[in-house]
Amino acid sequence: MKVDYIGKISEENLPAIFVPYFLESVHAGFPSPASDYIESPIDLNKHLIKNGAATFLVRAQGQSMVGSGITDQAVLIVDRSIKPSHNSIVVATLDGEFVCKRLKLKPKMCLMPDNPDYPPIFINNGQELEIVGTVTAAINKF
Amino acid sequence: MTLALVDCESFYASCERVFRPDLKNKPIVVLSNNDGCVIAFSKEAKRMGISMGVPWFKVKKSYLKQKGQVFSSNFAFYGDMSARVMNILEGFVPKTEVYSIDEAFLDFDTLKQHYDLYDFGCHIRSLVKQWTGIPVRIGIAPNKTLSKIAINEIKRRNIPTSVLQLLDDKEIKNALKNTPVQKVWGVGRKLNDHLNSAGIYTALDLAKINPQNIRKKFSVVLERTVRELRGEKCLTVDDITSFKKQIIVSRSFGKKISNLKTLQPIVNNFAARAAEKLRNEKQKCSQVSVFIKTSSFNKNKVQHTGFRTIELFGPTDDTRDILSATKKGLLPIFKSGYTYAKAGVILNKFSSQKIKQYSLFEDFNNLKENSKFMKYIDCMNAYETQIYFASQNTKELSPMKQSMTSPKYTTSWYELPKVN
Repeated sequence: MKVDYIGKISEENLPAIFVPYFLESVHAGFPSPASDYIESPIDLNKHLIKNGAATFLVRAQGQSMVGSGITDQAVLIVDRSIKPSHNSIVVATLDGEFVCKRLKLKPKMCLMPDNPDYPPIFINNGQELEIVGTVTAAINKF
Repeated sequence: MTLALVDCESFYASCERVFRPDLKNKPIVVLSNNDGCVIAFSKEAKRMGISMGVPWFKVKKSYLKQKGQVFSSNFAFYGDMSARVMNILEGFVPKTEVYSIDEAFLDFDTLKQHYDLYDFGCHIRSLVKQWTGIPVRIGIAPNKTLSKIAINEIKRRNIPTSVLQLLDDKEIKNALKNTPVQKVWGVGRKLNDHLNSAGIYTALDLAKINPQNIRKKFSVVLERTVRELRGEKCLTVDDITSFKKQIIVSRSFGKKISNLKTLQPIVNNFAARAAEKLRNEKQKCSQVSVFIKTSSFNKNKVQHTGFRTIELFGPTDDTRDILSATKKGLLPIFKSGYTYAKAGVILNKFSSQKIKQYSLFEDFNNLKENSKFMKYIDCMNAYETQIYFASQNTKELSPMKQSMTSPKYTTSWYELPKVN
């Protein structure tokens, strides 16, 4: 069995996401000239999440939004603090279910899928639509 | 002086509703560990006659028949939702005291000159609702005791905005008149009986009594309550969390346990968990107590309760010391022939980690190495327990009987809410 040395456990809490990032390449056998240039690792949370308290992750199901780059099983970042506008991708509750669609406010308000095989959803009288939040990113795993 | 109490409306039930839009306006109850009794319920469930602490088996049949929803408690989820709410509140008002999982006091003193406090309260409420999905009530008052009264008034009068300002004398008096003395913060059932027999039935009756007499006849604590009911401010909003003086880890068992071989590793789990909490608080303890109990529900069987306290040689936060004390406490109190329903480990006599007291017989370097060792273990167990001591039960913290837990919507990558 082969075992790789991963590194030692830091006494501080490890950051949730750790992607080392150097400005210059490291030369072996020579005191690293890059050591002065090491920057803090890229924290995906910092770049993808603006308001942590209001941000939730949800999992997309189905093909209705493939045109927007949301494939089946993609993880969506939903920020409940961002007010959606015309054309925002939103998560909404419709008839007691969560849906993710593009919000169209004109000419007539509707939830628009991004796949020609799916029809737009118009809100009928008596139907209750509630916008939960705005989708700010999608993570598709390959 | 002005402060606000923010109180999440039926918090656990509201959490369950956030990711279940189909449960809007539906009755929800949440059960205690092991699905024993009802510990939270929505107002729809309240209308069906559900009350706090009622044993589940007593109401189960009729509740489910009326299409009520029921959940086992999901503390990983509730804890995360609570942290989000508190985080938002701290963003508004830096001087915030998180009082419990679903309550926080906000110091409104400096805001008074700049904002209309009622509007500000409404703004906080609508933002917390939009950002997290959790509805809150906000009571604004001159002190903590009156802010609790304000929250009660919101419930009693069913105020649609869920925000109430109790600042003027006439309004305060009116609210006190309508509050039974038992609902006053800090008045328990026993004290209530005592006060009733002295002719004190409402909060207003209590407020009218001279605080000095209260001190003589009852206690300093009740005197402080009376002063606050009269509008004085005795308790400040404490943004520095005060240090714990005791740590208890205990559970009722889902399946009753009769042999030591099963019981001991579980009690050891409680000890290890307590030690972890202790280090988290940056404290050391020098006393460990262990208790075990048979079920008090089963009145036909002979009961046994055991309790033993072990003094340690010096203050420690090392799991190994606490485990060995736990063993010393448990062995003499365990009696075979009984079925145990509950056990627990209590840590007492705290001192700060920074204060070191060296024993004559211990090597100084050894101590340093030990604390490093515990740090490594805590680090590895930070997200999920991966390293156990040999004497622990590695399968579960305690045998639990929970069958209706909702997914860990916000803390597990594999249990995220689904959208179509």
